[in-house]
Amino acid sequence: MASPGEADVNASHVEGKGKKKQPPARYWQELPDKEKGENKDEGQVEQQQEEKKKKEQQQTQKAKKRKRDERPRDGKRVISGKSDPFPGPVPVPQDRMQKFKRNDNIRKTHRKHYKLKEIITRSADASDMAQKQAARFDILLPEDAGFLEGDEDEDTCTISQEDIADAVDITSGAKYFNLKLCQFGPYRLDYSRTGRHLLLGGRRGHVACLDWQSKQLMCEINVMESVNDVKWLHTEHMYAVAQKKWLYIYDSNGIELHCIRKFNDVLRMQFLPYHFLLATASATGFLQYLDVSVGKEVAAICTKTGRLDVMCQNPHNAVVHLGHTNGTVTLWSPNQKDALVKMLCHQGGVRSVAVDKTGTYMITSGMDKKMKVFDVRAFKPLRSYFLPAGASCLSLSQRGLLSAATGDVVQVYRDVWSTPVTKPYMAHRVRGSVWGLHFCPFEDVLGVGHGEGFTSMLVPGAGEPNFDGLDANPYRSAKQRQEWEVKALLEKIQPELITLDPTELGQIDQTTFEQKHQVRVDALGFDPLAKEKFVPKFKKKGRSSAGGVERRKKQVAHEDQRDVIRKTVEDRRKMEEERKKMEEKKGALSSKKSALERFRK
Amino acid sequence: MKVKVLSRNPDDYVRETKYDIQRVPRNYDPSLHPFELSREYTRALNATKLERVFAKPFLSSLDGHRDGVNCLAKHTRSLSTLLSGSCDGVVKVWNLTKRECVRTLQAHEGFVRGMVVRYCGSSFFTIGDDKTIKQWNMEAPGYGEEEEPLNTILGKTVFTGLDHHQKKGVFATCGQQVDIWDEQRSTPIRSFSWGVDSFSSVRFNPVETELLGSCASDRSIVLYDMRESTPLKKVIMTMRTNTLCWNPMEAYFFTCANEDYNLYTYDMRYLEKPCKVHMDHVSAVLDVDYSPTGLEFVSASFDKTVRIFPKDAGHSREVYHTKRMQHVICIKWSADNKYILSGSDEMNIRLWKANAAEKLGVLAPREREAVNYSQKLKEKFQHYPQIKRIARHRHLPKNIYHQRNELRVMKEARRRKETNVRKHSKPGSVPVVSEKEKHVVSVVD
Repeated sequence: MASPGEADVNASHVEGKGKKKQPPARYWQELPDKEKGENKDEGQVEQQQEEKKKKEQQQTQKAKKRKRDERPRDGKRVISGKSDPFPGPVPVPQDRMQKFKRNDNIRKTHRKHYKLKEIITRSADASDMAQKQAARFDILLPEDAGFLEGDEDEDTCTISQEDIADAVDITSGAKYFNLKLCQFGPYRLDYSRTGRHLLLGGRRGHVACLDWQSKQLMCEINVMESVNDVKWLHTEHMYAVAQKKWLYIYDSNGIELHCIRKFNDVLRMQFLPYHFLLATASATGFLQYLDVSVGKEVAAICTKTGRLDVMCQNPHNAVVHLGHTNGTVTLWSPNQKDALVKMLCHQGGVRSVAVDKTGTYMITSGMDKKMKVFDVRAFKPLRSYFLPAGASCLSLSQRGLLSAATGDVVQVYRDVWSTPVTKPYMAHRVRGSVWGLHFCPFEDVLGVGHGEGFTSMLVPGAGEPNFDGLDANPYRSAKQRQEWEVKALLEKIQPELITLDPTELGQIDQTTFEQKHQVRVDALGFDPLAKEKFVPKFKKKGRSSAGGVERRKKQVAHEDQRDVIRKTVEDRRKMEEERKKMEEKKGALSSKKSALERFRK
Repeated sequence: MKVKVLSRNPDDYVRETKYDIQRVPRNYDPSLHPFELSREYTRALNATKLERVFAKPFLSSLDGHRDGVNCLAKHTRSLSTLLSGSCDGVVKVWNLTKRECVRTLQAHEGFVRGMVVRYCGSSFFTIGDDKTIKQWNMEAPGYGEEEEPLNTILGKTVFTGLDHHQKKGVFATCGQQVDIWDEQRSTPIRSFSWGVDSFSSVRFNPVETELLGSCASDRSIVLYDMRESTPLKKVIMTMRTNTLCWNPMEAYFFTCANEDYNLYTYDMRYLEKPCKVHMDHVSAVLDVDYSPTGLEFVSASFDKTVRIFPKDAGHSREVYHTKRMQHVICIKWSADNKYILSGSDEMNIRLWKANAAEKLGVLAPREREAVNYSQKLKEKFQHYPQIKRIARHRHLPKNIYHQRNELRVMKEARRRKETNVRKHSKPGSVPVVSEKEKHVVSVVD
């Protein structure tokens, strides 16, 4: 369709021709009608037509579309007599759409097969629709995150736990409690993935697991050995305890299931829930992986960096981060015998490491009393904070709150990576120095294990408000748990798939020319592209003198060079020709108008 | 101080009574679902493995014939009815749901060469080695009545193939020539011959209903228009074609089963070379039939296997064989696109699933959803080497496996020799002939 500018020119042209017979109006000829309409508008009372005219000016060329758009706005032609004040689908806010965006932008190439093009557009449409629907569904989520706001000139960090517990409802208030266990402390702790169950391990052998919300004790044992770390496995029915010598696995009744003698002197443990791997770091400098679904050791890596007592996992890509006494943090996967990455983070030793849920930020604290924020995707430092006492334990919550233990004070920070923080969001003093810190998933609770027992703190805004029932459901029944376990085991990810970039599996593995060539050479048994080296024939009668041989060699080399040059010139000429042809074709196409052009006057 | 702490009411998250279904609140936030791709890949791998585990295509064997099954015919109106004719002249009508023979009749002396059900499904035609065409009622005769054909036409020569028009009371036979018959008359209304003395098969085009194709013993495929007095076109190939089958959805395309172990799909407008060569059989291909969707076809071969080919793939997606099945003479794809029927030399008719791992019967909605999901996953990850290897693997009988390897070696040797010849002759004197062009000798208009 022609633009309005062209229409005027055409119209004048018709009038100029004068008495020529007008062909019958065609559907593509909207222009005369439009002109008429405009003339009429001018003729009639202008005020009434003002709005319509405006609309017409705004609208683009397509007549049919315009009509369809007008209908609901006029509000006359709807059968019920009422017009829809919000026509069309509900718009989805852009930021919410962004949340569900998968970064799988399909590369746009120029030449595509028409079938492939169709497939690509269809799949892009489908993913767009999925993204939109997920974003729409987002407003139906039942819970909102917690928060804590002080009055004017009141710091939130001065609000005590007792005040918060008094202010909130009884069930939430009951989540602030202290367990006074001064006999076997200090305590390490771990929350199960659903956040319902708590596991406590005292340094002097006391291990207890409990449903901490109902305060029901599931089991309590003393292993009569020192306990270095405790960790839940995939369900709340099994947990691993790193004891003085070996690694033990107990069930929730306190019955010893396994004693794993392959894992000795374990100091820290991490459980990778989707891979069913228990990663352990030992005093002898070994990083070992245990597949808990089949009970096999997957990998044992000698890190050669001495005692490993700082460990955390990146929940985004299942890479294990280890902190060392020389101030480096190393990243490990079970597939590689040496570190994926070594980062020098601190001047003193590293005391604690934490990685956020999206795998973007790593927070480290060191003996130099600094707490640093790194971007682990780019391995760049973002921020550095100085804590006068230095942080011994770090823990990140699901919504990005950071808790740091400085001596016997637990401080909680907010937005450590986006804005420079000057003071903590919350602070709480516990009895005895802090030994373990852990945010409870899906709850606004921070568990603190210390010398005098365990403290459960209320930290509003820490937990993810809406859980996914198929992934980690705190309210699941026994049947649901069993079903989940089967499904989770079926889709256990193989340890080979642990890489720094978890989307690497979806990228095209492009074989390089060298690889292809190597395959070809292997298949053929010789290198088809290899040039035979010219060996001058031995000639008699003194014609194979050193000078003669050299001359002949030179001649051949010269001939080869000439061939190469000839070939490149030829190629260049061909390309030039092709380019010219294409240009000509393009020119011809652009000058040619559509088939219906001949009817236009 | 303003404070809000997460506090969920458990009643919102657990079911009220044990008779309710469990509540599953969802949150689709991608950050709550890490390792999306790896988990999907694992699921796809599991789905592919399960598909191979559940791939049990053989459903049942219909026995009762006293001689090799020579021809099969689908009922045009009833899904559960199948007709089969054997080498001793017996025709049997089968009920496929009960998997039993419902009627047996001695139709001919000698072979039953061809059989076809009339488009209305009320009667069927048979031809035999006794030079007769017989029309039979689909209804069995009453108690005490004789099996009598409705109509018998005595021909001059032996008939070898038979097909019926889609909409009219017209049928075609072939033997020494291709004849078009009106059901009302005892002489052919039209006869076509083109310097050939023997045809093996004739088929009507199901879309362009006036067109026919036939295979002749002089290695040619001849196309006819029923409205014209002379044949349309002929393509001569290097080896004889046994049967052909038209694509029921795309009028121009037909696939023919050749003696040289291959199947060829032709576009009837461009007979110079086939659109696709389908290779995999290790012996002559005897019969071919399209699925009603026109996307796939099934072929029966002398090598005792049945193979399913996508219409535009060079190799088969599936191979069916059993220990006892001998040379497969005739094959049919059922009209509901779910089953395949094969008739073989050792007197049995076998019923196969068209999709080997498909679950038969009604699927519950959740089951269907799961099937669709795993289907999509398999499709998404089909090119991953692990998954491709598992999805492609088929067990082959030892002799077929070895023959296949032998053929591969032979082909490679031939190719190598050709390249060597080309390398050592004048450039351009030994042109590269593609696999498609290799098998066509000439096209005659």
